[in-house]
Amino acid sequence: MAPEEIRQAIIEILGDIAPDEDLTELNDVQSFRDQMELDSMDFLDIVMELRKRYRVQVPEEDYPQLASMESTVNYLIPRMADAPA
Amino acid sequence: MIANTRQSDLPDSMRVVITGIGLTAPIGNNLAELREGLLNGRSGVVPYEIRYFGKTLAGVCNFEVNRHQSRKDARRGTRAGSIGIYCANEAMQNSGIEWDQVDHSTVGVYVGVTEHGNVETENEVYQIKGYDYDTSFWSHHHNPRTVANNPAGEVALNMQITGPHYTIGAACAAGNAGMIQGMQMLQLGECDIAIAGGVSESIHTFGIFAGFASQGALASHADPAKASRPFDKGRNGIVVAEGGCLYILERLSDAKARNAKIYGEIVGHAINTDATDFVLPNPERQAQCMNKALGRAGLNAEQIDIVSTHATGTSNGDTLECVAVRAVFGKSERTFVNNAKSFIGHAMGAAGAIELAGNIASFEDRMIHPTINVDDLDPDCDIPGLVQNQPRETGQVDYILNNSFGMLGINSALIVKRFTD
Repeated sequence: MAPEEIRQAIIEILGDIAPDEDLTELNDVQSFRDQMELDSMDFLDIVMELRKRYRVQVPEEDYPQLASMESTVNYLIPRMADAPA
Repeated sequence: MIANTRQSDLPDSMRVVITGIGLTAPIGNNLAELREGLLNGRSGVVPYEIRYFGKTLAGVCNFEVNRHQSRKDARRGTRAGSIGIYCANEAMQNSGIEWDQVDHSTVGVYVGVTEHGNVETENEVYQIKGYDYDTSFWSHHHNPRTVANNPAGEVALNMQITGPHYTIGAACAAGNAGMIQGMQMLQLGECDIAIAGGVSESIHTFGIFAGFASQGALASHADPAKASRPFDKGRNGIVVAEGGCLYILERLSDAKARNAKIYGEIVGHAINTDATDFVLPNPERQAQCMNKALGRAGLNAEQIDIVSTHATGTSNGDTLECVAVRAVFGKSERTFVNNAKSFIGHAMGAAGAIELAGNIASFEDRMIHPTINVDDLDPDCDIPGLVQNQPRETGQVDYILNNSFGMLGINSALIVKRFTD
């Protein structure tokens, strides 16, 4: 997957777990939690959906890497390189 | 020792009244819609399909989930939670209580459930099957969804209620049991406003359909509207339904102080146990339960205008309840007997609460809704006063006795009086 496709995949996951949020104006460098109502259980949903949809395992020590869109995409680029778009 | 003081002899601070009703049922999403359906013979039973079990029939609710709940919370929670949230908010609005002015720590939530957690567990097992049963795909939402207090807890979270909340597990007597719990907590001073009744999400578990089918107790009929037919010779079982009904209960003194509309007063109640069988009812105990409620209310059978039966459409269950009703009310010339499951199916933990609501409207419109689908009355169910197929007009309705019974031999009877000071 190319970085832009990974970003779109994350947007789709966020759209499913936070359907009341408007994601069109999401700032990629700002943390998700500063822009959206996301608690720890929602965050675990992101991890779970990555596992289910793309078979990406995010170990707990890497959770801080998923703080913002930019850091998430950077973290996932090598891990989703082979994922079909 | 069980106190036997007549409710009407108690001071206003110990008398408990109904001041708000919120409900969703297969034939309506508020009291007016439910009542219209009950007086016009409208069935809410429809074709239904569920995984593994396949095609069957059910009573399905169609309420506006997001009227009071965000889409995110609906996704995160349970169907029972969504039903509870809808009913509780509707009831609060209906009560006229200025919710913003209420100290939320003085509110208690008491929600009756037949079962809880089957739906959510089945969903998780089904979805990890797609991952070769790898439990790392099991949702972190599973535990908060399946804890037994979930439906009441979701209501509390949604409405920011910080008083007590819990569910009352009482099989299909749960709707009455929830109301009784709410009443008692008001009398004990544990809360000032009780949100009480029952909810059911049971149509979303294939297990309940499969279980009733294996038991030979699941209804089938070519015409869905004819499938739920208590007291009819051709009855062949239960139609499972979802739904909910939560009441706002207050002490009479509080209701009077705010000039509340009072739907009725709870004047008698009883819960007892058969202790005879897992499934088969015991009419002797059911009759004792009704008599105990009458005794507490200081009433005799002739004073009850409507007996709302529990009858679910099973061969044995209906016959045995009729034995009990005949034993208590057989000599009463003024008591009408009816049934709402013939319209909506069996809403399990919500049944008693919904069925009571369907009759409470009689206090105002002086009509008795019937039991429908009695095309060929079973002689064993030919009890005096049974209102069949068409509603009946009457002069005045003062007292309703609401029966709700459940597996493991739990029986409940609740008596509600048209409010007169």
